[in-house]
Amino acid sequence: MDQSTATVLENRFAAPGVYRLRIEAPALARAARPGQFLMLRVGQTLDPLLRRPFSIHAVHGSMTVDILYRVVGKGTNMLTTLRSGEGLDIVGPLGCGFSWREESPSLLVAGGMGIAPLFFLAQIIAQNGAGDKTSALIGARNKTELLCAEELRTMGLQVEVVTEDGSAGKRGLVTDLITNRVAASRPVIYSCGPYPMLHAVASLAMQYGLSCQVSLESFMACGLGACLGCVAEMRSGDLVRVCKEGPVFDAYEVAWK
Amino acid sequence: MKKTRPDLSIRIGLLRLQNPVLTASGTFGYGQEYAGLLDLNRLGGIIVKGLSLNPRPGNMPPRTVETPCGLLNAIGLQNVGVENFIADKLPFLRNLSVPVIVNILGQDIKEYRKLAERLSNVEGIAALEVNISCPNVKKGGVVFGTDYKAAARVARAVRAATRLPIIIKLSPNVTDVVSIARAVEEAGADSISLINTLTGMAIDVEARRPKLHNVTGGLSGPAIKPIALRMVWQVAGAVNIPVIGCGGIMTAADALEFLIAGASAVQVGTANFVNPKATMEIISGIEEYLVRHNLKDIKSLVGSLIL
Repeated sequence: MDQSTATVLENRFAAPGVYRLRIEAPALARAARPGQFLMLRVGQTLDPLLRRPFSIHAVHGSMTVDILYRVVGKGTNMLTTLRSGEGLDIVGPLGCGFSWREESPSLLVAGGMGIAPLFFLAQIIAQNGAGDKTSALIGARNKTELLCAEELRTMGLQVEVVTEDGSAGKRGLVTDLITNRVAASRPVIYSCGPYPMLHAVASLAMQYGLSCQVSLESFMACGLGACLGCVAEMRSGDLVRVCKEGPVFDAYEVAWK
Repeated sequence: MKKTRPDLSIRIGLLRLQNPVLTASGTFGYGQEYAGLLDLNRLGGIIVKGLSLNPRPGNMPPRTVETPCGLLNAIGLQNVGVENFIADKLPFLRNLSVPVIVNILGQDIKEYRKLAERLSNVEGIAALEVNISCPNVKKGGVVFGTDYKAAARVARAVRAATRLPIIIKLSPNVTDVVSIARAVEEAGADSISLINTLTGMAIDVEARRPKLHNVTGGLSGPAIKPIALRMVWQVAGAVNIPVIGCGGIMTAADALEFLIAGASAVQVGTANFVNPKATMEIISGIEEYLVRHNLKDIKSLVGSLIL
């Protein structure tokens, strides 16, 4: 974990309302693990006041890091105005990421922006030569919002796409595809996406007795474990910090509601 | 000729701080959370997350929401409890060379007394900050802080239970903060810190629901600074014990405003979330100011407001 100034290399349109920010951040690039995140200070303003958490989307070599972000409010809107060469105050890498289980086939299940941290996991899997025994199920609302499918195919993963309006791949929800996928092999599921989707993925994993890791989202003030604002309820009854004990949790430990 | 560096040290009763910048309770965990990001030994002191007798799970999420220039929180005093603090958190803090101040919270006066007694008997604690101002819990907290008689009772009980310096942290959610400040001074407080958060709320208009599970929360951050500054100025002018200012301090300029208004020291809270190195920048900024104004020490600045 480090607080440093990264240099913006590129801030490119990726899909409607979605941008890919590439920064030069050597310490972060070297230390980052899939599923971890960083806290980014968008500007020097008091409104928005707080840093914004972003999962680490990709790491290239030992120098650059990508963040995939959707414009949702004032902070992310300001982020779109960043240009190459500008400095950006970041703290990271933070949190506990995915634990890739090399011995088992992997099934990546992404909904919408949930592809952001899973792409980095796919990179690591592919670099370790396990891309061909890895499947990725990617869901989006429509064709234009579909992210990273081609890149994952290029990396050697078996990619299946589903959209809510049927404009790309099958029509339906990403969870519709899980049953077929798990029948043949017994993969470990790694998932990120909207809460209802994660809940559904976790339920299916439990139904089939499969190991499943989910990346949870929560509003974070500090990202460092100090403010205790971002807690999630576990089945044990404990309220644990998403930023510190997570954001990736064993799906069996989460108290799904 | 080489100028000597200004003296940033300050006394808060029996407590001696190397500089007037403390971390506010609830915004700095138990110190260790920030260890990798800044030199903790440069701080004036660390005020740790509020402790209760037994561990508290806190309120259900959502617990925090950002508002313009502010942060609304309803953590509900989640903490590890006094025994776990002594066993697991204090050993790390003891290795630091800065004073560690423990913020305590009881559900009744007996609990405040027990906490004060227990913490007086362990090594490595420089002072107690008595939290009678948390707006996010039903029992204790602000219940004591909004009534001057109850506030004085807590102060008196803690005073009788410990020889450690005691700082009483006041609530801004009152009409007359001065009467409460005078009451706790009279009851034996060594110092007063203010302000804690202001009760507020935020609503999701699409869902027509409160954004916090607890409905209301405590507002902190730059949005509350003018109110905090006003209260510090009022209280510093009304009591004879040192006042520690807190509320929306983000920069050295903010901290200087509080010192000039009469605070002997400041607490930095929400700024730690925004910029983990905020305290370091504030310490350097205060020193630069003293140099620039040819002031030899921080004491010549405290309460120097010209009206």
